[in-house]
Amino acid sequence: MEYRNEQLAEEKVFKDPVHRYVHVRDKVIWDLIGTPEFQRLRRIKQLGTSFYTFHGAEHSRFNHSLGVYEIVRRILENFKEHPDWNEEERLLCLTAGLLHDLGHGPFSHSFEKVFDLDHEDFTREIILGDTNVNNILKRVHPDFPQDVADVIGKTYSNKLVVSLISSQIDADRMDYLQRDAYFTGVSYGHFDMERILRVMRPMEDQVVIKATGMHAVEDYIMSRYQMYWQVYFHPVTRSSEVILTKILHRARYLYKNNYSFKLPPLHFETFFEGKPTLEDYLKLDESIVLYYFQIWKEEDDEILSDLCNRFVNRHLFKYIEFNPNHQLEQWMELHKLFTEAGINPDYYLEVDSSSDLPYDFYRPGEDEERLPIHLLMQNDELKELSRQSEIVEAISGKKRTDHKLYYPSDFIEGLADKSRVKKRILEILEG
Amino acid sequence: MLQDHAKLVSFFSECHELIGRKRLQKMIYILKKCHFPFSERYQFHFYGPYSEELTLRVQELINLGFLEEEKEKKSGYYQYRYSITDEGQKFLTHYNIEMPNMDQWIEKMKGMSSRFLELIATMLYFDNRPKEEIEEKVLSVKKKQNYTREELERAWAFIEEMNVKH
Repeated sequence: MEYRNEQLAEEKVFKDPVHRYVHVRDKVIWDLIGTPEFQRLRRIKQLGTSFYTFHGAEHSRFNHSLGVYEIVRRILENFKEHPDWNEEERLLCLTAGLLHDLGHGPFSHSFEKVFDLDHEDFTREIILGDTNVNNILKRVHPDFPQDVADVIGKTYSNKLVVSLISSQIDADRMDYLQRDAYFTGVSYGHFDMERILRVMRPMEDQVVIKATGMHAVEDYIMSRYQMYWQVYFHPVTRSSEVILTKILHRARYLYKNNYSFKLPPLHFETFFEGKPTLEDYLKLDESIVLYYFQIWKEEDDEILSDLCNRFVNRHLFKYIEFNPNHQLEQWMELHKLFTEAGINPDYYLEVDSSSDLPYDFYRPGEDEERLPIHLLMQNDELKELSRQSEIVEAISGKKRTDHKLYYPSDFIEGLADKSRVKKRILEILEG
Repeated sequence: MLQDHAKLVSFFSECHELIGRKRLQKMIYILKKCHFPFSERYQFHFYGPYSEELTLRVQELINLGFLEEEKEKKSGYYQYRYSITDEGQKFLTHYNIEMPNMDQWIEKMKGMSSRFLELIATMLYFDNRPKEEIEEKVLSVKKKQNYTREELERAWAFIEEMNVKH
Protein backbone atom coordinates (compact mmCIF):
# COMPACT_ATOMS: atom_id res chain seq x y z
CA MET A 1 0.00 0.00 0.00
CA GLU A 2 1.15 3.54 -0.73
CA TYR A 3 2.63 5.28 2.32
CA ARG A 4 0.14 8.15 1.77
CA ASN A 5 -2.81 5.79 2.38
CA GLU A 6 -1.22 3.50 4.94
CA GLN A 7 -3.34 3.10 8.08
CA LEU A 8 -2.29 1.88 11.51
CA ALA A 9 -3.51 -1.60 12.38
CA GLU A 10 -5.35 -0.08 15.31
CA GLU A 11 -6.40 3.51 15.84
CA LYS A 12 -4.20 5.34 18.37
CA VAL A 13 -5.77 7.81 20.78
CA PHE A 14 -4.28 10.52 22.97
CA LYS A 15 -6.31 11.54 26.00
CA ASP A 16 -6.86 15.27 25.75
CA PRO A 17 -8.44 17.57 28.35
CA VAL A 18 -9.99 19.82 25.70
CA HIS A 19 -11.17 17.45 22.97
CA ARG A 20 -11.37 14.31 25.19
CA TYR A 21 -9.54 12.23 22.58
CA VAL A 22 -7.19 12.91 19.69
CA HIS A 23 -7.58 10.11 17.13
CA VAL A 24 -4.76 8.98 14.85
CA ARG A 25 -5.21 6.41 12.12
CA ASP A 26 -2.81 7.58 9.39
CA LYS A 27 0.67 6.10 9.55
CA VAL A 28 2.18 9.36 8.24
CA ILE A 29 0.68 11.37 11.12
CA TRP A 30 1.80 8.80 13.68
CA ASP A 31 5.34 8.83 12.27
CA LEU A 32 5.47 12.63 12.29
CA ILE A 33 4.42 12.78 15.95
CA GLY A 34 7.34 10.49 16.77
CA THR A 35 10.03 12.71 15.20
CA PRO A 36 12.49 14.57 17.46
CA GLU A 37 11.45 17.87 15.85
CA PHE A 38 7.82 17.33 16.86
CA GLN A 39 8.66 15.90 20.31
CA ARG A 40 10.70 19.06 20.94
CA LEU A 41 7.40 20.97 21.10
CA ARG A 42 6.79 19.32 24.48
CA ARG A 43 9.54 21.60 25.79
CA ILE A 44 8.07 24.82 24.40
CA LYS A 45 5.21 26.29 26.43
CA GLN A 46 2.18 27.37 24.47
CA LEU A 47 1.79 30.57 26.49
CA GLY A 48 5.42 31.47 27.16
CA THR A 49 5.68 33.29 30.48
CA SER A 50 1.92 33.35 31.24
CA PHE A 51 2.47 30.70 33.92
CA TYR A 52 3.73 33.53 36.15
CA THR A 53 0.22 35.00 36.01
CA PHE A 54 -1.89 31.85 35.64
CA HIS A 55 -0.08 29.04 37.38
CA GLY A 56 -1.88 26.36 35.36
CA ALA A 57 -0.63 27.68 32.04
CA GLU A 58 2.18 25.13 31.70
CA HIS A 59 0.77 23.42 28.60
CA SER A 60 2.96 23.00 25.56
CA ARG A 61 2.94 23.58 21.83
CA PHE A 62 2.86 19.79 21.56
CA ASN A 63 -0.60 19.69 23.20
CA HIS A 64 -1.83 22.51 21.00
CA SER A 65 -0.47 21.01 17.77
CA LEU A 66 -2.25 17.72 18.45
CA GLY A 67 -5.40 19.72 19.22
CA VAL A 68 -5.28 21.59 15.92
CA TYR A 69 -4.75 18.31 14.08
CA GLU A 70 -7.80 16.84 15.84
CA ILE A 71 -10.03 19.80 14.96
CA VAL A 72 -8.95 19.60 11.31
CA ARG A 73 -9.65 15.86 11.38
CA ARG A 74 -13.17 16.45 12.70
CA ILE A 75 -13.87 19.20 10.15
CA LEU A 76 -12.78 16.89 7.33
CA GLU A 77 -15.01 14.09 8.63
CA ASN A 78 -17.93 16.47 8.06
CA PHE A 79 -16.65 17.58 4.63
CA LYS A 80 -16.12 14.02 3.36
CA GLU A 81 -19.23 13.71 1.24
CA HIS A 82 -19.44 17.34 0.21
CA PRO A 83 -19.14 18.03 -3.55
CA ASP A 84 -16.89 21.09 -2.98
CA TRP A 85 -14.37 19.08 -0.99
CA ASN A 86 -11.54 17.17 -2.62
CA GLU A 87 -10.70 14.19 -0.41
CA GLU A 88 -7.23 14.09 -2.06
CA GLU A 89 -6.32 17.11 0.09
CA ARG A 90 -7.15 15.33 3.36
CA LEU A 91 -3.67 14.21 4.36
CA LEU A 92 -2.19 17.57 3.39
CA CYS A 93 -4.66 19.38 5.69
CA LEU A 94 -4.05 17.03 8.61
CA THR A 95 -0.28 17.31 8.22
CA ALA A 96 -0.34 21.10 7.96
CA GLY A 97 -2.56 21.31 11.06
CA LEU A 98 -0.19 19.07 12.99
CA LEU A 99 2.99 20.87 11.91
CA HIS A 100 1.82 24.49 11.75
CA ASP A 101 3.74 25.54 14.89
CA LEU A 102 6.78 23.33 14.39
CA GLY A 103 9.22 26.24 14.15
CA HIS A 104 8.29 27.91 17.43
CA GLY A 105 11.31 28.48 19.62
CA PRO A 106 11.61 28.97 23.38
CA PHE A 107 9.61 31.96 24.66
CA SER A 108 8.96 32.81 21.03
CA HIS A 109 7.57 36.28 21.53
CA SER A 110 10.68 37.68 23.27
CA PHE A 111 13.22 35.59 21.39
CA GLU A 112 11.96 36.59 17.99
CA LYS A 113 11.93 40.25 18.99
CA VAL A 114 15.47 40.29 20.38
CA PHE A 115 17.14 38.14 17.74
CA ASP A 116 14.99 39.28 14.82
CA LEU A 117 13.79 35.77 14.02
CA ASP A 118 10.54 34.48 12.62
CA HIS A 119 9.27 31.07 13.70
CA GLU A 120 7.51 30.70 10.35
CA ASP A 121 10.91 30.68 8.63
CA PHE A 122 12.02 27.87 10.92
CA THR A 123 8.79 25.93 10.38
CA ARG A 124 9.56 26.09 6.68
CA GLU A 125 13.19 25.09 7.20
CA ILE A 126 12.26 22.10 9.33
CA ILE A 127 9.74 20.94 6.74
CA LEU A 128 12.00 21.46 3.72
CA GLY A 129 15.46 20.89 5.26
CA ASP A 130 17.43 17.80 6.14
CA THR A 131 15.26 16.65 9.06
CA ASN A 132 13.33 13.58 10.19
CA VAL A 133 10.10 15.40 9.41
CA ASN A 134 11.22 16.08 5.86
CA ASN A 135 12.21 12.42 5.35
CA ILE A 136 8.73 11.30 6.31
CA LEU A 137 7.00 13.91 4.16
CA LYS A 138 9.14 13.00 1.14
CA ARG A 139 8.01 9.39 1.44
CA VAL A 140 4.46 10.56 0.75
CA HIS A 141 5.56 12.34 -2.43
CA PRO A 142 8.62 14.40 -3.41
CA ASP A 143 6.41 17.52 -3.67
CA PHE A 144 4.58 16.88 -0.40
CA PRO A 145 7.01 18.82 1.88
CA GLN A 146 6.67 21.91 -0.32
CA ASP A 147 2.87 21.59 -0.35
CA VAL A 148 2.78 21.36 3.46
CA ALA A 149 5.08 24.39 3.76
CA ASP A 150 2.88 26.31 1.31
CA VAL A 151 -0.31 25.57 3.23
CA ILE A 152 1.28 26.71 6.50
CA GLY A 153 2.80 29.73 4.74
CA LYS A 154 -0.63 30.50 3.22
CA THR A 155 0.73 30.41 -0.32
CA TYR A 156 -0.87 27.13 -1.39
CA SER A 157 -3.04 27.43 -4.48
CA ASN A 158 -6.15 25.88 -2.87
CA LYS A 159 -7.34 28.67 -0.55
CA LEU A 160 -9.97 26.45 1.03
CA VAL A 161 -7.19 24.28 2.45
CA VAL A 162 -5.30 27.35 3.69
CA SER A 163 -8.39 28.80 5.36
CA LEU A 164 -8.87 25.66 7.47
CA ILE A 165 -5.49 26.26 9.11
CA SER A 166 -5.39 30.05 9.11
CA SER A 167 -8.25 32.46 8.75
CA GLN A 168 -10.42 34.40 11.17
CA ILE A 169 -12.18 31.19 12.13
CA ASP A 170 -9.71 28.34 11.84
CA ALA A 171 -8.62 25.18 13.63
CA ASP A 172 -5.61 26.94 15.17
CA ARG A 173 -7.65 29.62 16.95
CA MET A 174 -10.42 27.24 17.91
CA ASP A 175 -7.90 25.07 19.70
CA TYR A 176 -5.78 27.69 21.40
CA LEU A 177 -8.73 29.68 22.75
CA GLN A 178 -10.25 26.63 24.41
CA ARG A 179 -6.94 25.11 25.49
CA ASP A 180 -5.58 28.35 26.94
CA ALA A 181 -8.87 28.95 28.76
CA TYR A 182 -8.74 25.43 30.21
CA PHE A 183 -5.16 25.64 31.44
CA THR A 184 -5.29 29.22 32.71
CA GLY A 185 -8.54 28.42 34.49
CA VAL A 186 -10.32 31.54 33.26
CA SER A 187 -14.01 31.47 32.46
CA TYR A 188 -13.62 33.20 29.09
CA GLY A 189 -12.56 31.40 25.93
CA HIS A 190 -15.38 28.88 25.88
CA PHE A 191 -17.68 28.54 22.91
CA ASP A 192 -19.67 25.79 21.26
CA MET A 193 -17.08 24.32 18.90
CA GLU A 194 -19.15 21.26 18.09
CA ARG A 195 -21.86 23.54 16.77
CA ILE A 196 -19.37 25.55 14.67
CA LEU A 197 -17.92 22.37 13.17
CA ARG A 198 -21.42 21.19 12.25
CA VAL A 199 -22.24 24.43 10.40
CA MET A 200 -18.93 24.82 8.52
CA ARG A 201 -19.27 24.34 4.78
CA PRO A 202 -16.50 24.09 2.17
CA MET A 203 -16.70 26.44 -0.79
CA GLU A 204 -14.47 27.15 -3.74
CA ASP A 205 -11.81 29.16 -1.90
CA GLN A 206 -12.91 29.43 1.72
CA VAL A 207 -14.82 27.83 4.57
CA VAL A 208 -18.19 29.49 5.20
CA ILE A 209 -20.65 29.16 8.08
CA LYS A 210 -24.29 28.22 7.66
CA ALA A 211 -26.33 31.22 8.79
CA THR A 212 -28.07 29.18 11.50
CA GLY A 213 -24.70 28.91 13.25
CA MET A 214 -24.19 32.66 13.56
CA HIS A 215 -24.67 32.80 17.34
CA ALA A 216 -22.02 30.16 17.93
CA VAL A 217 -19.62 32.25 15.85
CA GLU A 218 -20.56 35.39 17.80
CA ASP A 219 -19.62 33.54 20.96
CA TYR A 220 -16.29 32.51 19.43
CA ILE A 221 -15.46 36.11 18.40
CA MET A 222 -16.31 37.40 21.88
CA SER A 223 -14.23 34.64 23.48
CA ARG A 224 -11.28 35.67 21.40
CA TYR A 225 -11.74 39.33 22.36
CA GLN A 226 -11.88 38.51 26.06
CA MET A 227 -8.97 36.09 26.01
CA TYR A 228 -6.68 38.68 24.42
CA TRP A 229 -7.29 41.29 27.07
CA GLN A 230 -7.71 39.02 30.08
CA VAL A 231 -4.99 36.47 29.35
CA TYR A 232 -2.64 37.19 26.45
CA PHE A 233 -2.05 40.87 27.27
CA HIS A 234 -2.13 40.49 31.05
CA PRO A 235 0.26 43.13 32.45
CA VAL A 236 1.96 40.66 34.82
CA THR A 237 2.79 38.39 31.89
CA ARG A 238 4.02 41.41 29.94
CA SER A 239 6.21 42.34 32.91
CA SER A 240 7.88 38.93 32.89
CA GLU A 241 8.36 39.22 29.13
CA VAL A 242 9.98 42.63 29.57
CA ILE A 243 12.48 41.08 31.99
CA LEU A 244 13.09 38.10 29.71
CA THR A 245 13.76 40.44 26.80
CA LYS A 246 16.15 42.50 28.90
CA ILE A 247 18.06 39.37 29.96
CA LEU A 248 18.60 38.38 26.34
CA HIS A 249 19.69 41.89 25.41
CA ARG A 250 22.12 42.01 28.34
CA ALA A 251 23.60 38.58 27.67
CA ARG A 252 24.13 39.47 24.00
CA TYR A 253 25.66 42.81 24.93
CA LEU A 254 28.11 41.10 27.30
CA TYR A 255 28.97 38.44 24.73
CA LYS A 256 29.64 41.07 22.07
CA ASN A 257 31.88 42.92 24.52
CA ASN A 258 33.96 39.83 25.27
CA TYR A 259 32.65 39.40 28.78
CA SER A 260 33.92 36.21 30.31
CA PHE A 261 30.88 34.12 31.28
CA LYS A 262 31.43 31.57 34.07
CA LEU A 263 29.68 29.06 31.82
CA PRO A 264 30.28 29.75 28.10
CA PRO A 265 26.85 30.37 26.55
CA LEU A 266 27.41 27.78 23.82
CA HIS A 267 23.72 27.29 23.05
CA PHE A 268 23.28 31.03 22.49
CA GLU A 269 26.42 31.86 20.53
CA THR A 270 25.01 31.75 17.02
CA PHE A 271 21.95 33.67 18.23
CA PHE A 272 24.21 36.38 19.66
CA GLU A 273 26.11 36.41 16.36
CA GLY A 274 22.82 36.84 14.51
CA LYS A 275 23.08 33.62 12.52
CA PRO A 276 21.44 30.69 14.29
CA THR A 277 21.53 27.52 12.22
CA LEU A 278 18.59 25.13 12.16
CA GLU A 279 20.61 22.68 14.25
CA ASP A 280 21.29 25.29 16.94
CA TYR A 281 17.70 26.44 16.85
CA LEU A 282 16.35 22.94 17.43
CA LYS A 283 18.72 22.41 20.36
CA LEU A 284 17.56 25.48 22.24
CA ASP A 285 14.33 24.75 24.07
CA GLU A 286 12.90 26.33 27.22
CA SER A 287 14.56 23.88 29.59
CA ILE A 288 17.97 24.94 28.23
CA VAL A 289 17.11 28.63 28.44
CA LEU A 290 15.97 28.30 32.05
CA TYR A 291 19.14 26.37 32.88
CA TYR A 292 21.26 29.28 31.64
CA PHE A 293 19.14 31.75 33.60
CA GLN A 294 19.82 29.74 36.77
CA ILE A 295 23.55 29.84 36.03
CA TRP A 296 23.51 33.53 35.11
CA LYS A 297 21.97 34.33 38.50
CA GLU A 298 25.48 33.79 39.85
CA GLU A 299 27.25 35.93 37.22
CA ASP A 300 29.47 38.82 38.25
CA ASP A 301 27.63 41.19 35.97
CA GLU A 302 25.13 42.77 38.34
CA ILE A 303 22.52 43.57 35.73
CA LEU A 304 22.45 40.08 34.21
CA SER A 305 22.47 38.47 37.61
CA ASP A 306 19.70 40.70 38.95
CA LEU A 307 17.46 40.25 35.90
CA CYS A 308 17.86 36.46 36.03
CA ASN A 309 17.03 36.43 39.73
CA ARG A 310 13.93 38.45 39.02
CA PHE A 311 12.83 36.11 36.25
CA VAL A 312 13.55 32.83 38.00
CA ASN A 313 12.05 33.94 41.33
CA ARG A 314 9.15 35.93 39.84
CA HIS A 315 10.30 39.20 41.29
CA LEU A 316 8.76 41.21 38.46
CA PHE A 317 8.68 44.88 37.48
CA LYS A 318 5.83 47.05 38.65
CA TYR A 319 3.71 48.82 36.05
CA ILE A 320 1.63 51.94 35.63
CA GLU A 321 -0.57 53.25 32.83
CA PHE A 322 1.43 55.45 30.53
CA ASN A 323 0.61 57.67 27.57
CA PRO A 324 3.73 58.09 25.43
CA ASN A 325 2.32 61.24 23.86
CA HIS A 326 1.20 63.22 26.91
CA GLN A 327 4.01 61.88 29.09
CA LEU A 328 6.87 62.09 26.62
CA GLU A 329 8.69 64.69 28.66
CA GLN A 330 8.22 62.74 31.87
CA TRP A 331 9.70 59.76 30.11
CA MET A 332 12.80 61.75 29.16
CA GLU A 333 13.07 63.03 32.73
CA LEU A 334 12.66 59.53 34.18
CA HIS A 335 15.42 58.34 31.92
CA LYS A 336 17.76 60.98 33.31
CA LEU A 337 16.68 60.42 36.92
CA PHE A 338 17.25 56.67 36.66
CA THR A 339 20.73 57.23 35.27
CA GLU A 340 21.43 59.70 38.07
CA ALA A 341 20.26 57.13 40.61
CA GLY A 342 22.61 54.49 39.15
CA ILE A 343 19.77 52.41 37.69
CA ASN A 344 20.46 51.69 34.02
CA PRO A 345 17.28 52.78 32.19
CA ASP A 346 18.11 50.62 29.18
CA TYR A 347 17.40 47.58 31.32
CA TYR A 348 15.09 48.90 34.03
CA LEU A 349 12.67 51.25 32.33
CA GLU A 350 10.40 50.09 29.54
CA VAL A 351 7.18 51.08 27.84
CA ASP A 352 5.29 48.15 26.41
CA SER A 353 2.30 48.42 24.10
CA SER A 354 -0.47 45.89 23.45
CA SER A 355 -3.04 46.15 20.69
CA ASP A 356 -5.63 43.89 19.24
CA LEU A 357 -8.12 43.79 16.43
CA PRO A 358 -10.81 41.28 17.43
CA TYR A 359 -12.49 40.92 14.05
CA ASP A 360 -11.93 42.74 10.82
CA PHE A 361 -13.47 42.63 7.41
CA TYR A 362 -13.24 44.43 4.16
CA ARG A 363 -15.87 45.47 1.70
CA PRO A 364 -15.43 45.06 -2.03
CA GLY A 365 -13.08 47.74 -3.30
CA GLU A 366 -11.48 48.42 0.08
CA ASP A 367 -7.83 47.70 0.23
CA GLU A 368 -7.90 45.39 3.23
CA GLU A 369 -6.25 42.04 3.50
CA ARG A 370 -8.14 39.94 5.97
CA LEU A 371 -10.62 37.46 4.62
CA PRO A 372 -13.89 38.02 6.48
CA ILE A 373 -16.12 35.30 7.91
CA HIS A 374 -18.96 34.64 5.51
CA LEU A 375 -22.39 33.32 6.41
CA LEU A 376 -24.15 31.06 3.95
CA MET A 377 -27.76 32.23 3.79
CA GLN A 378 -30.74 30.04 3.00
CA ASN A 379 -30.84 31.33 -0.59
CA ASP A 380 -27.15 30.34 -1.00
CA GLU A 381 -26.08 33.98 -0.89
CA LEU A 382 -22.96 34.86 1.15
CA LYS A 383 -23.16 37.64 3.73
CA GLU A 384 -20.25 39.04 5.68
CA LEU A 385 -20.68 38.26 9.40
CA SER A 386 -20.74 41.81 10.79
CA ARG A 387 -23.55 42.73 8.35
CA GLN A 388 -25.78 40.16 10.04
CA SER A 389 -24.61 40.23 13.63
CA GLU A 390 -25.01 43.39 15.69
CA ILE A 391 -22.68 42.04 18.37
CA VAL A 392 -19.88 41.44 15.90
CA GLU A 393 -20.55 44.74 14.16
CA ALA A 394 -20.06 46.51 17.48
CA ILE A 395 -16.46 45.29 17.77
CA SER A 396 -15.52 45.03 14.08
CA GLY A 397 -12.48 46.99 13.04
CA LYS A 398 -12.11 48.35 16.58
CA LYS A 399 -8.50 48.40 17.59
CA ARG A 400 -7.82 48.68 21.27
CA THR A 401 -4.44 49.81 22.53
CA ASP A 402 -2.82 49.85 25.92
CA HIS A 403 0.57 51.26 26.99
CA LYS A 404 2.25 50.50 30.28
CA LEU A 405 5.48 51.64 31.87
CA TYR A 406 7.49 48.96 33.68
CA TYR A 407 10.10 49.61 36.36
CA PRO A 408 11.69 47.88 39.41
CA SER A 409 9.84 49.39 42.37
CA ASP A 410 12.26 47.79 44.86
CA PHE A 411 15.19 49.73 43.36
CA ILE A 412 13.30 53.01 43.71
CA GLU A 413 12.26 52.21 47.27
CA GLY A 414 15.89 51.35 48.03
CA LEU A 415 17.09 54.87 47.16
CA ALA A 416 17.96 57.15 50.09
CA ASP A 417 14.69 58.46 51.55
CA LYS A 418 15.53 62.11 51.42
CA SER A 419 17.15 62.12 48.01
CA ARG A 420 15.80 64.57 45.45
CA VAL A 421 16.00 61.88 42.76
CA LYS A 422 13.82 59.41 44.66
CA LYS A 423 11.27 62.08 45.47
CA ARG A 424 10.99 63.19 41.85
CA ILE A 425 10.86 59.63 40.45
CA LEU A 426 8.03 58.80 42.83
CA GLU A 427 6.21 62.00 41.94
CA ILE A 428 6.24 61.01 38.28
CA LEU A 429 5.44 57.33 38.80
CA GLU A 430 2.74 57.88 41.38
CA GLY A 431 1.24 60.86 39.58
CA MET B 1 10.76 53.26 24.32
CA LEU B 2 8.61 52.80 21.22
CA GLN B 3 11.60 52.54 18.92
CA ASP B 4 9.63 50.61 16.32
CA HIS B 5 6.92 53.25 16.44
CA ALA B 6 9.52 55.95 15.94
CA LYS B 7 10.80 54.23 12.79
CA LEU B 8 7.30 54.30 11.34
CA VAL B 9 6.81 57.94 12.31
CA SER B 10 10.08 58.65 10.54
CA PHE B 11 8.70 56.90 7.43
CA PHE B 12 5.50 58.96 7.52
CA SER B 13 7.54 62.11 8.03
CA GLU B 14 9.42 61.41 4.81
CA CYS B 15 6.21 60.48 2.99
CA HIS B 16 4.47 63.73 3.97
CA GLU B 17 1.23 62.09 2.90
CA LEU B 18 0.34 58.55 1.96
CA ILE B 19 -2.89 57.27 0.46
CA GLY B 20 -4.07 53.68 0.88
CA ARG B 21 -3.61 50.95 3.42
CA LYS B 22 -2.44 48.42 0.88
CA ARG B 23 0.14 50.88 -0.42
CA LEU B 24 1.39 51.42 3.12
CA GLN B 25 1.65 47.66 3.78
CA LYS B 26 3.53 46.96 0.58
CA MET B 27 5.88 49.95 0.82
CA ILE B 28 7.05 49.02 4.31
CA TYR B 29 7.45 45.39 3.22
CA ILE B 30 9.53 46.35 0.18
CA LEU B 31 11.72 48.67 2.26
CA LYS B 32 12.13 45.95 4.87
CA LYS B 33 13.16 43.44 2.24
CA CYS B 34 15.78 45.94 1.12
CA HIS B 35 17.19 45.99 4.66
CA PHE B 36 15.63 49.17 5.98
CA PRO B 37 15.32 48.42 9.70
CA PHE B 38 11.58 48.00 10.13
CA SER B 39 10.67 45.27 12.57
CA GLU B 40 7.05 44.51 11.65
CA ARG B 41 6.57 40.85 10.91
CA TYR B 42 4.85 39.90 7.68
CA GLN B 43 2.91 36.84 6.66
CA PHE B 44 1.38 35.91 3.38
CA HIS B 45 -2.30 36.73 3.45
CA PHE B 46 -4.81 36.23 0.73
CA TYR B 47 -3.64 39.30 -1.15
CA GLY B 48 0.12 39.25 -0.59
CA PRO B 49 2.54 40.01 2.23
CA TYR B 50 0.63 41.66 5.05
CA SER B 51 1.64 42.64 8.57
CA GLU B 52 -0.95 42.69 11.30
CA GLU B 53 1.71 44.19 13.55
CA LEU B 54 1.96 47.12 11.16
CA THR B 55 -1.82 47.57 11.10
CA LEU B 56 -1.89 47.63 14.90
CA ARG B 57 1.15 49.85 15.27
CA VAL B 58 -0.26 52.40 12.87
CA GLN B 59 -3.46 52.40 14.89
CA GLU B 60 -1.41 52.97 18.05
CA LEU B 61 0.24 55.97 16.38
CA ILE B 62 -3.18 57.33 15.46
CA ASN B 63 -4.48 56.80 19.02
CA LEU B 64 -1.42 58.56 20.40
CA GLY B 65 -2.07 61.53 18.12
CA PHE B 66 1.19 61.15 16.16
CA LEU B 67 -0.53 60.24 12.94
CA GLU B 68 -3.74 61.34 11.29
CA GLU B 69 -5.92 58.96 9.31
CA GLU B 70 -8.66 60.34 7.10
CA LYS B 71 -11.23 58.04 5.60
CA GLU B 72 -12.36 59.27 2.20
CA LYS B 73 -15.25 58.03 0.15
CA LYS B 74 -14.31 57.36 -3.45
CA SER B 75 -16.63 56.04 -6.13
CA GLY B 76 -17.95 52.90 -4.46
CA TYR B 77 -15.20 52.41 -1.87
CA TYR B 78 -13.25 54.04 0.92
CA GLN B 79 -9.62 54.99 0.97
CA TYR B 80 -7.40 56.09 3.83
CA ARG B 81 -5.08 59.08 3.81
CA TYR B 82 -2.23 59.25 6.35
CA SER B 83 -0.21 62.25 7.44
CA ILE B 84 2.08 62.98 10.37
CA THR B 85 0.82 65.48 12.99
CA ASP B 86 2.78 68.21 14.79
CA GLU B 87 2.87 65.95 17.84
CA GLY B 88 4.32 63.19 15.68
CA GLN B 89 7.05 65.55 14.50
CA LYS B 90 7.73 66.52 18.12
CA PHE B 91 7.95 62.84 19.10
CA LEU B 92 10.45 62.28 16.32
CA THR B 93 12.57 65.22 17.43
CA HIS B 94 12.66 63.90 20.98
CA TYR B 95 13.39 60.41 19.83
CA ASN B 96 16.16 61.35 17.42
CA ILE B 97 16.10 58.01 15.63
CA GLU B 98 18.69 57.19 13.01
CA MET B 99 17.19 55.78 9.83
CA PRO B 100 18.98 55.30 6.51
CA ASN B 101 17.80 57.71 3.85
CA MET B 102 14.73 56.26 2.16
CA ASP B 103 13.54 59.43 0.36
CA GLN B 104 14.19 58.34 -3.19
CA TRP B 105 12.56 54.93 -2.71
CA ILE B 106 9.52 56.42 -1.03
CA GLU B 107 9.11 58.92 -3.87
CA LYS B 108 9.38 56.18 -6.48
CA MET B 109 6.93 53.91 -4.73
CA LYS B 110 4.44 56.70 -4.16
CA GLY B 111 4.31 57.06 -7.94
CA MET B 112 3.41 53.39 -8.43
CA SER B 113 -0.06 51.86 -8.31
CA SER B 114 -0.89 49.71 -5.28
CA ARG B 115 -1.51 46.82 -7.71
CA PHE B 116 2.07 47.11 -8.94
CA LEU B 117 3.45 47.43 -5.40
CA GLU B 118 1.52 44.26 -4.56
CA LEU B 119 3.28 42.51 -7.44
CA ILE B 120 6.75 43.65 -6.31
CA ALA B 121 6.04 42.71 -2.69
CA THR B 122 4.76 39.28 -3.71
CA MET B 123 7.81 38.63 -5.89
CA LEU B 124 10.07 39.61 -2.99
CA TYR B 125 8.13 37.28 -0.71
CA PHE B 126 9.26 34.32 -2.81
CA ASP B 127 12.80 35.59 -3.35
CA ASN B 128 14.39 32.42 -1.96
CA ARG B 129 13.40 30.65 -5.21
CA PRO B 130 14.84 30.79 -8.72
CA LYS B 131 13.48 33.54 -11.00
CA GLU B 132 11.24 31.27 -13.12
CA GLU B 133 9.74 29.69 -10.03
CA ILE B 134 9.06 33.11 -8.49
CA GLU B 135 7.11 34.17 -11.56
CA GLU B 136 5.24 30.89 -11.68
CA LYS B 137 4.33 31.15 -7.98
CA VAL B 138 3.28 34.78 -8.21
CA LEU B 139 1.05 34.11 -11.18
CA SER B 140 -0.47 31.12 -9.40
CA VAL B 141 -1.24 32.85 -6.08
CA LYS B 142 -2.38 36.02 -7.83
CA LYS B 143 -4.40 34.49 -10.64
CA LYS B 144 -7.14 37.05 -10.38
CA GLN B 145 -4.74 39.97 -10.85
CA ASN B 146 -3.76 38.84 -14.37
CA TYR B 147 -0.32 40.41 -14.25
CA THR B 148 1.25 40.89 -17.68
CA ARG B 149 4.77 40.02 -18.84
CA GLU B 150 5.50 43.75 -19.11
CA GLU B 151 4.52 44.31 -15.45
CA LEU B 152 6.70 41.42 -14.35
CA GLU B 153 9.67 42.87 -16.25
CA ARG B 154 9.12 46.32 -14.74
CA ALA B 155 8.92 44.76 -11.27
CA TRP B 156 12.20 42.90 -11.84
CA ALA B 157 13.85 46.11 -12.98
CA PHE B 158 12.74 47.91 -9.81
CA ILE B 159 13.91 45.07 -7.56
CA GLU B 160 17.26 45.04 -9.34
CA GLU B 161 17.61 48.80 -8.92
CA MET B 162 16.86 48.62 -5.20
CA ASN B 163 19.25 45.75 -4.65
CA VAL B 164 22.04 47.52 -6.49
CA LYS B 165 21.61 50.98 -5.06
CA HIS B 166 20.75 50.17 -1.50
